[in-house]
Amino acid sequence: MTTASRAFRRDYRGLVPPALLLLFWFVAGRLGWTNPTLIPPPEQVLAVAWQYLGSGELFRALAASLARDLGGFALGALAGIGLGVLLGVSRWAERLLGPTFHTLKQISLFAWIPLLSIWLGYNDVSRVVFIAVSAFYPVALATFEGVRGVTRAQFEVARVHGFTARQRLTRLILPAAAPQILTGLNLGLVYAWLATIGAEFLLPAYGDIGLGDSVIRGRAAFNVALVIFGMLAIGGVGVALNRVFRRLERHLLRWRGDHR
Amino acid sequence: MTSLTNTLGPLPLATSASWPARLAAPLRRAGHWAAGLLLPLALFALWQYAVDRQWLAEQILPPPSLVWQSLGELWHSGELRDHLAISLTRVGWSVLLGGGAGLALGAALGLSRSARAYLLPSFELVAQFPVVGWVPLLIVFLGIDEALKVAAISLAVLVPVTVNTHRGIAGIPRPLLDVGRVYRFTVPQTLWRVVLPAAAPSLFNGLRQGVMQAWLTLVFVELLASSEGIGYLMVWGRQLLQLDLVVVAMLAIGAVGLALDLALRWAESRLASWRRGAF
Repeated sequence: MTTASRAFRRDYRGLVPPALLLLFWFVAGRLGWTNPTLIPPPEQVLAVAWQYLGSGELFRALAASLARDLGGFALGALAGIGLGVLLGVSRWAERLLGPTFHTLKQISLFAWIPLLSIWLGYNDVSRVVFIAVSAFYPVALATFEGVRGVTRAQFEVARVHGFTARQRLTRLILPAAAPQILTGLNLGLVYAWLATIGAEFLLPAYGDIGLGDSVIRGRAAFNVALVIFGMLAIGGVGVALNRVFRRLERHLLRWRGDHR
Repeated sequence: MTSLTNTLGPLPLATSASWPARLAAPLRRAGHWAAGLLLPLALFALWQYAVDRQWLAEQILPPPSLVWQSLGELWHSGELRDHLAISLTRVGWSVLLGGGAGLALGAALGLSRSARAYLLPSFELVAQFPVVGWVPLLIVFLGIDEALKVAAISLAVLVPVTVNTHRGIAGIPRPLLDVGRVYRFTVPQTLWRVVLPAAAPSLFNGLRQGVMQAWLTLVFVELLASSEGIGYLMVWGRQLLQLDLVVVAMLAIGAVGLALDLALRWAESRLASWRRGAF
């Protein structure tokens, strides 16, 4: 009984460091320890946040960034699952494509940006392609490993039941590899968000202004409160995406009966 | 093509232990190597063909010969090595700083229950922030010089090192620590002779992830703000519309990434064999 109630009681000690930080920030601003243009007090950041919320600018930026993020992620993830399954199922495909894939994977993601900017220009197409590339690698790699993990015995059962090639894919390979594929998708989502913000910094474009664009413009205008608020918003979206995905993952893996 | 598939076939002769059987394995391995080279060769041929046919302007698709020539020139003038040396120095300092801080933080989280209670929730939250999101704020505080690069890359290293150190220490089986207690190990002895060896694979994993994250972040900060380094070489080539420079820089970035990965994998396998020898 006591252990159960203790488990349900929240541990508030984790709130101490952020609370201390906020307090210090607030006090430092009040006592004039810091240069207010360099480190604006918390209330100024709140004011900027309020202004952004009120004018709807935040929602527009959020929508623009998320649309790019999820669009690029969907493209990259589909391509990644496709290649991963192909490499996992066919030894020949692995021999032909594997070495090239593993070598290209070593090129640090952001190194693609100058090339993309020349080939596709500074626009949303190059941004989305870049986001797709960054989501592609982790998904392809995890899918490949998951498909390789399908055992001979499982495959024999499918053969005994006379599965067609399509049934083998949808009823054996994809479900068996699902945990790894989902892990890969989670990683892909993290990289896609990183790439979204990175692309908005490095591939400035006219048109829909995303969160990253707002922050980089805030920096150019030395609006530090906006930079801080933007950074928190970017981080918050990253956290929220993770949360939503975890929930989705648990839902999708319910049939396996194991709870992580 | 046909001869290649012949050597790669199932080789029905291989059932007997005659000399073709002994040759079969190395031949097959050579065949697999050759198969892996087919796609790059085909892409290369397509590239050359596209240049010959002038499908695209030279600014958009430089001929392979020009890329090769630029690579040679940049290498012989020492320019490429200088840029790489600057970039690797930044990565080195950041791995030391971020890795050291991550090791300390991860060890605190793994060893102390109250450190876990106070710090873990904040850390887990902040660790999910994308590293590039910090960069504008860091620019405000640190300017765009070395301090910015080292700070941003260190942050990228800190997260995986902390996570893996914490996991490695938290995953040490209880009996192992009990044995240490039986031997009346002091705290430093316990750390050095029980905790460190037991957590070593996880620590190493953290280091490997940290170095790879460092290389990723380095290219980002150098593209965003720098006047030297391998990322700057790309920016420069992009501005001059000399795509050959961009491609040379990409090749160098890929080669260094590959070398770092291979070196760390090799070190990891050495570590693993040492562990097996120890028990």
